[in-house]
Amino acid sequence: MSAGVRRPLRSRVWRKLLRRKGAMFGAVLALLFLAVAILAPYLAPYDPLRTDWSAVRSPPSPQHWLGTDELGRDVLSRVIWGARASLLAGVVSVAIAMALGVPLGLLSGYYRGWIDEVIMRFTDALLAFPFLILAIALAAMLGPSLTNAMIAIGVSTAPAFIRLARGQVLSVMVEEFVQAARALGASDARIMLKHVLPNAFSPLLIQGTLAVAAAIIAESSLSFLGLGQQPPAPSWGSMLNVAKNFLAEAPWMAVWPGIAIFITVLAFNLLGDGLRDALDPRDW
Amino acid sequence: MWTYLFRRIMIAIPTLFLVSVMVFSIQRLLPGDPALVLAGEERDPEVIAYIRSKYHLNDPLPVQYYYWMLRLLQGDLGESIRTKAPVTDVILQKLPVTIELAVLSMVIALAIALPAGVISAIRKESVFDYLANVLALSGLSIPNFWLGIMLILLVSVRLGWLPASGYVSPLEDLGENLRRMLMPAFVLGSGLAAALMRQTRSAMLEVLHSDYIRTARAKGLRERIVVYRHALRNALIPVVTLAGLQLGALLSGAVITEQVFTIPGFGKLIVDAVFNRDYPMVQGVVLFTATAYILVNLLVDLAYAWINPRIRLGGKG
Repeated sequence: MSAGVRRPLRSRVWRKLLRRKGAMFGAVLALLFLAVAILAPYLAPYDPLRTDWSAVRSPPSPQHWLGTDELGRDVLSRVIWGARASLLAGVVSVAIAMALGVPLGLLSGYYRGWIDEVIMRFTDALLAFPFLILAIALAAMLGPSLTNAMIAIGVSTAPAFIRLARGQVLSVMVEEFVQAARALGASDARIMLKHVLPNAFSPLLIQGTLAVAAAIIAESSLSFLGLGQQPPAPSWGSMLNVAKNFLAEAPWMAVWPGIAIFITVLAFNLLGDGLRDALDPRDW
Repeated sequence: MWTYLFRRIMIAIPTLFLVSVMVFSIQRLLPGDPALVLAGEERDPEVIAYIRSKYHLNDPLPVQYYYWMLRLLQGDLGESIRTKAPVTDVILQKLPVTIELAVLSMVIALAIALPAGVISAIRKESVFDYLANVLALSGLSIPNFWLGIMLILLVSVRLGWLPASGYVSPLEDLGENLRRMLMPAFVLGSGLAAALMRQTRSAMLEVLHSDYIRTARAKGLRERIVVYRHALRNALIPVVTLAGLQLGALLSGAVITEQVFTIPGFGKLIVDAVFNRDYPMVQGVVLFTATAYILVNLLVDLAYAWINPRIRLGGKG
């Protein structure tokens, strides 16, 4: 597996990905939200925590483009700062899930036998808990906070990566280059890291991208329930939790955080779908 | 078949055991003395001593687990800290509400997904296909609770067509029950519809490319018969599998949907229990859900093995 063999494939994948308008649109949107999250202090017109009792629940206006909330805070500034919580939660939870799931899946598929049995039964048991119910139970146990929500989502997402990594290992292990590496006396660790893992990269990348989308929804759901980001810190889910109490008086409070979640999740779903198509060897 | 049945059950048993160990650990991992946690607001030393002896809290953990399991096998999930009601009774009382919501959502999801998926596949790359795909991807990307809030805003607050929240038992007033369940079921079903539509489309495309469909066409059968009688029937197999395996997703979605529409079901039960720090209730609901999920999966697998001999003979345990 020299770099020379991989490069043409990589550029072919790139070309396919670049041709897919949906995927490119998703990538641009995701980068845009990432930029918003990073540049939040410079982009937000107001301090997201600053209350203004003279402008409580005021509708969109030239001063407050998206209106204000029940404490007179600027909705646009809170939506901009909320991008941080959501993207951070999406990326960190998936990183936790991968850090737990991929090594376990590799071990399980590589060594088989009792290690595989134990890890797979454990995975089956975790998969038996509906995703959000497991995340709620973990978040409740750890205590409500954004960090704990990320841990809860990460642990709940890990089984998907264990299964995926294991499946990839099983399919790669029968390949000749792995058998050749073994015959040459390469260590288990070297075979796993140098030969098996790089071949599992594409499906992990696809699953990872789609998992970020799911994790962003999960974080906003937990925050909506009061188990994620705690007030007064802004997050899209917790903004919606408050907004649902003022639907008749201040509908703008409910509209924008939801649109922000929708577009961000859509961006990662489009990108994930595009990657799946670009990396899929069979085409319709 | 018996070998397969035996093997499949032998896999389910350790999974169930691990699930029970995990759920048992939830309570033991909580910070503080479990007796004080179980006592709730009660601080009477006698009550705490009684709880300690009832749940064998002075014994080593494996012994505690043994007694906990013994009670569990008799259907005793403990009692609610808040209301003192047996957890099993409360779950059984709330369950029908969520089952109704889940069934209605599934009906709505299938009613949207099947026709849309079939038409998309037949008219691949048409405007309809494009629109259906955009809608499906949007359906997968819209958070349930936001869709619910927007529908309440539009349908209830602005138009005043349907009530925004609340629940009426179908035994009391079926019409009112359906009026109140329509929006929540649509919200819960929309994400599912998106996933099922994509599955129907790709299954139909795969089937439409197969040899027997070419043969059917070559025989001169009308396109309608080829599509509906020959192709759809086979394309439905993976779709039905996916639908059957969505129980977990439906329950997860129900937690949020019930919260938005204030429906007193299973999902609202767990959220309320979390906020009331009613740990036996949280434990009971989580254990019940996971067990139900494993058993439903077991039944689905067995049904497939019964229908399709290749599974039970192929050794794909």
